[in-house]
Amino acid sequence: MDHERLQGFLYDMLLARAFEERAAQEYTQGHIAGFLHLYPGEEAVAVGSIRAAEPSDYIVSTYREHVHALIRDIEPKKIMAELYGKSTGVSRGMGGSMHLFDKERRFMGGYAIVGETFPIAAGIGYSILYRHLPEVVLCYFGDGAVNQGTFHESLNMAALWKLPVLFICENNHYQIGTEIHRHSAVVDVYKRAASYAIPAEQVDGMDVEQVYAHTHSALDRIRAGGGPYLLEFQTYRYRGHSMADPGAYRPPAEVRAFGGQDPILLATRELARHNPPSKSAQASDPAMDVIQQHIDKGFAAGHWQEEDVATMKAQIQQILDEAVAFAQSSPSLTMDDAVFLANQNHAHEVLF
Amino acid sequence: MDEDLFYWQAVNIALDRAMEEDPDVFVMGEDVGLYGGTYRATENLMAKYGELRVRDTPISENSFTGLGVGAAMTGLRPVIEIMTVNFALLALDSIVNLAAKIPFMSGGQFPVPLTIRMPGGVAKQLGAQHSQRLEHTLMNVPGLRIAVPFTPQDAYGQLRQAIRSDDPIIVLEHDLLYFSKGAVDLDAKAPPMHRAIVRRPGTDITCAAYSLMVAEALAAAETLKESGISMEVIDLRSLSPIDWNCLQQSVEKTHHMIIAEEDSGFAGAGAELAATVQERCFYSLDAPVSRVAGMNIPIPFNAALESAAIPHAADIVLAARKMLLERSQTS
Repeated sequence: MDHERLQGFLYDMLLARAFEERAAQEYTQGHIAGFLHLYPGEEAVAVGSIRAAEPSDYIVSTYREHVHALIRDIEPKKIMAELYGKSTGVSRGMGGSMHLFDKERRFMGGYAIVGETFPIAAGIGYSILYRHLPEVVLCYFGDGAVNQGTFHESLNMAALWKLPVLFICENNHYQIGTEIHRHSAVVDVYKRAASYAIPAEQVDGMDVEQVYAHTHSALDRIRAGGGPYLLEFQTYRYRGHSMADPGAYRPPAEVRAFGGQDPILLATRELARHNPPSKSAQASDPAMDVIQQHIDKGFAAGHWQEEDVATMKAQIQQILDEAVAFAQSSPSLTMDDAVFLANQNHAHEVLF
Repeated sequence: MDEDLFYWQAVNIALDRAMEEDPDVFVMGEDVGLYGGTYRATENLMAKYGELRVRDTPISENSFTGLGVGAAMTGLRPVIEIMTVNFALLALDSIVNLAAKIPFMSGGQFPVPLTIRMPGGVAKQLGAQHSQRLEHTLMNVPGLRIAVPFTPQDAYGQLRQAIRSDDPIIVLEHDLLYFSKGAVDLDAKAPPMHRAIVRRPGTDITCAAYSLMVAEALAAAETLKESGISMEVIDLRSLSPIDWNCLQQSVEKTHHMIIAEEDSGFAGAGAELAATVQERCFYSLDAPVSRVAGMNIPIPFNAALESAAIPHAADIVLAARKMLLERSQTS
């Protein structure tokens, strides 16, 4: 893989991690509130898959979608302002953390009811088919979503009508606090796609290069008229389900790891002990932080030096400082804004 | 030019014309294609427009309704048919959490120009699961608009308006109205979608009704006329938003109001109507607003009990006489 792309992945993942940690900090300080679901540990999935897509492809995401939005090149400050509930946010402050929308970038929303991304993606796919366009919908969901009716209903329709949808499972093995062996009779998510004659693969979601490569070939296949495809990325989330979740359901050793000096590294090592990766996912070392792995590979192959990484981190730090300053200084919303929005789509109609 | 049409034909022509005019309009639902719709509302459309625009779906109400939302977000104008209101209970997430919320929580970036048609109401011995009405549930969802056409003319006009609108709109039809007949002027300029209409003017008492209950109210008015009582009948035509001015004008004239609804009275549409009319017109009313509504039980299968569980013209007549009699005794 070429130098520039690998460096791009590194930058993306560092930005993703730093954004989420900064959001956590802002939350802890009481600057933002509500539900806040963070992505550390899963960065390779969003970065590898979204970078493999075309700007004309659509993205439908879940409530853990800040990083998908960032990698879709939505400005960090507009995402941060949305978390703050300000009018300068990407959804004008009306969505919040779980509902990021950006029409221009075809970012079709974060959805906060598990399983909603399936029918929305099927609908966008239907629209692409209707207009005979060479576009694809990337539909994200977690391992917990596959037991919702919409998963089965929508996969069936997508296969039946050959809709151009790439179903992307971010399998982090937990639906909030319930581990996958306790919520699913079949724990290999990709196998379920066979019921609907949808081709599927299980891929190491901790290796950004693999994520990119598999997404790229799946997208090519869909674009060529092959119908839907499903990719299951095996990944981990290092934090609790949300900021309200201390993660007490995890094994004690795993929980202790979060209190350590280097929570990311410790947690991943512990996670690896408790959740040995499946055979097909052994290419990367889950005991190692997903980003650190990529950094180390780049060192070994001579793609970058310590100072390159340090420079990137400094740049990102500045971007995030600016994002927070922007969010804090943005004007607050008024009830007039809300009422206007609630009525704007029929403002031209005579109702009575 | 006026033509006498069945209600289902009016719906059918509305869909046909909308599809002819706008290539972004498509129809989707269970048995809407090859079969032509369980009430014939989509008859012949598949032959004319093809499978992409008239799509038979699997029995997956939540997902094909949600599919309609996704398609609407990209600018198409889907008309989703849910075979009956009762099945829409399975699609509530797509209706309530998606269609009604996305335009707002995307900060206005994604209008959802989606029309959802569905018949409901008590038909003939379909049993408790197939005899429901859902207006109370849907009325409580900000972001949805609800049309309740009673005449074939409105079935045509309001559906055309719903399809043209950029809002998600529910069109509640009634099982027993599909084979009612009425004059339809396909080229007439329709009144605004949510305007209530006085179907029969009167001076002594107002009866507000919607959907099939308008027929019962009109029959009651005819009976009351024989005993010298003049009842005004208002067809609401819409349950969200509601044309309060029309109701207010009528109450200011008659000073008495009855609401007729087929649905269970408890927390039903009539509760909202009664509460708001009393807030707006308290000093014009000579008696408390009265609700003539369905009983608060699941609709029985037995024909006699089924009929007794919902209001009829005689119940409206009785309520009107009682209200006016009590008034004359106290004044």
